[in-house]
Amino acid sequence: MSETIKAAIIGPGNIGTDLLMKAQRSALIEPVWMVGVDPDSPGLARANSMGLKTTADGVEGMAPHMREDDVKICFDATSAYVHADNSRRVQEQGAVMIDLTPAAIGPFCVPPVNLADAVAERAMNVNMVTCGGQATIPLVAAVSRVQEVSYAEIIATVSSKSAGPGTRKNIDEFTRTTARGIEDCGGAKSGKAIIIINPAEPPLIMRDTVHCLTLGDPDEEQIRQSVNAMIAEVQKYVPGYTLKNGPVFDGNRVSMYLEVEGLGDFLPRYAGNLDIMTAAGLRTAEMYAEEMLAGTFVPAAA
Amino acid sequence: MDLKGKKITVHDMCLRDGMHPKRHQISVDDMVVIARAMNDAGVPLIEVTHGDGLGGASVNYGFPAASDEAYLKAVCDAVDTTKVSALLLPGIGTVDDLKMAVDCGISTIRVATHCSEADVAEQHLTVAAKMKHLDTVGFLMMAHMLDPDQLLVQLQKMEDYGANCVYITDSAGYMLPEDVTERVALARAELRPETEIGFHGHHNLAMGVANSIAAVAAGANRVDGSMAGLGAGAGNTPLEVFLAVCERMGIQTGVDLFKAMDIAEDLIVPLMDQQVRVGRDALSLGYAGVYSSFLLFAKRSAAKYKLSSRDILLELGRRGTVGGQEDMIEDLALDMAKARDACVGACRA
Repeated sequence: MSETIKAAIIGPGNIGTDLLMKAQRSALIEPVWMVGVDPDSPGLARANSMGLKTTADGVEGMAPHMREDDVKICFDATSAYVHADNSRRVQEQGAVMIDLTPAAIGPFCVPPVNLADAVAERAMNVNMVTCGGQATIPLVAAVSRVQEVSYAEIIATVSSKSAGPGTRKNIDEFTRTTARGIEDCGGAKSGKAIIIINPAEPPLIMRDTVHCLTLGDPDEEQIRQSVNAMIAEVQKYVPGYTLKNGPVFDGNRVSMYLEVEGLGDFLPRYAGNLDIMTAAGLRTAEMYAEEMLAGTFVPAAA
Repeated sequence: MDLKGKKITVHDMCLRDGMHPKRHQISVDDMVVIARAMNDAGVPLIEVTHGDGLGGASVNYGFPAASDEAYLKAVCDAVDTTKVSALLLPGIGTVDDLKMAVDCGISTIRVATHCSEADVAEQHLTVAAKMKHLDTVGFLMMAHMLDPDQLLVQLQKMEDYGANCVYITDSAGYMLPEDVTERVALARAELRPETEIGFHGHHNLAMGVANSIAAVAAGANRVDGSMAGLGAGAGNTPLEVFLAVCERMGIQTGVDLFKAMDIAEDLIVPLMDQQVRVGRDALSLGYAGVYSSFLLFAKRSAAKYKLSSRDILLELGRRGTVGGQEDMIEDLALDMAKARDACVGACRA
């Protein structure tokens, strides 16, 4: 078996468990710890049965063992409120933190847009923006790399069943963090994000709308090509990422209508919003792992 | 039904829900004139915001003629006895917007979610409830989509987060009086006695007034309406009509009926870009249970892609769309146009 980098997942909920299932297929990442806070959590029991070490005492319960277990990468799938504390504790143990909460204390990372930059900067904490950000920022970037985007707006519609208590309690963080990601990472001068939760049954597959206002008339041909190329990039890790309609050109408005279907590992296929987060988080970890295995990046304890 | 002597609070929607048929283009000056007239007529509470609430300025819902801040400051300065509310939909606006509105001088914040999703309002209701003298209202939209028991659970969540008043909101103008009675009566029986209950109607089936009276009879003490009905779809409960009915029944609102009639006739009707009435499309909204502010978006997409706006609205109903999903309308219209063109192509071939 080839060499792998050992990783821990903090948060044994839906996201953490889906991430675990994806990570078990990875050639580069080996999940060894699952960290929770509730001893009765079914996610912890599941991780335990899959051979991971588990603790219900939070990061504190894992931290003393991280060095002997050689944990180099941690994923935080808890909530924005506790992330800063989690991040500090794992960095003290020399591990890189991949933040799947909307806390956004580290630089944003949207794999097809700027993953290489984040890894090149050796950031010890990278943030995966939000599910809506992962789904839409690639297309904002696809337009902004063709011509200046003065304003970009995204509307993410997710099924009620896929919006867990974390998202619901953090809904303002979602809109703020996604809007900032549209600007910092997507390259729009100004960004806005809207999230809609829809309870229809059967649950709807995640839908995303991206509106860009270009400075001057949009270069339709170039934008079409750029958008198609970007969609192919995202499909490498989220095969169910599909442009349903558009780009629609209406004056300087460029609108794109997307559907994001998940792989259906632990989460149901309609929960593409969660799938794209775990897939993007894992892809980020793998790129870090490559650098670590090549010896070009040795994380230092903070 | 004897409601003589019952006191209720009416809440005018012209300067918020009325922004929908105006494509959010009411000027600050017009708002000030209308707000002063409402003040003079003794309307206790008026709502002022982008039609989709604080932070609604967007490609998706439309950019307004002025910012929420400019509207709120101007209107709050223009009134003395009339109080001003703002609407906030979590997922669109944030607590930052709420704080801005409070700084502008609002006395009421209404936090609105889809009827089954009350918990997305926890962040905002909790913050609002802690603010001194801020009337904190939870607002459950599209309330026809849940049965009374399920709706009660959501109302109780909002009560627990700190709302001192909760609303049953018929965003689609779909409910019939007995639907309102069941929901309000159960809420009245089960919520804390000090929690106020409100009803917000749309007139798509011309039930606005009847539904509002049913709500009052079942225990609601706040009722939304708008002068001349200026609001999304076929408009809100026409407030001057509701006030006249209240007067006939002895329900006390404290509003001067004739002044209200004058506001409707002299200020609001001349402001309308098109008649706000139960036209074919508004009727389709009420018939199919579709969010009222989809009306103009469906008309625009129908015109652009040469489709029937009624077909678009009915399909939006079948897909279970909820408030705020305006982006689905062009998306759906594109799908329908593709399907039609494929069919035409196949027929020719």
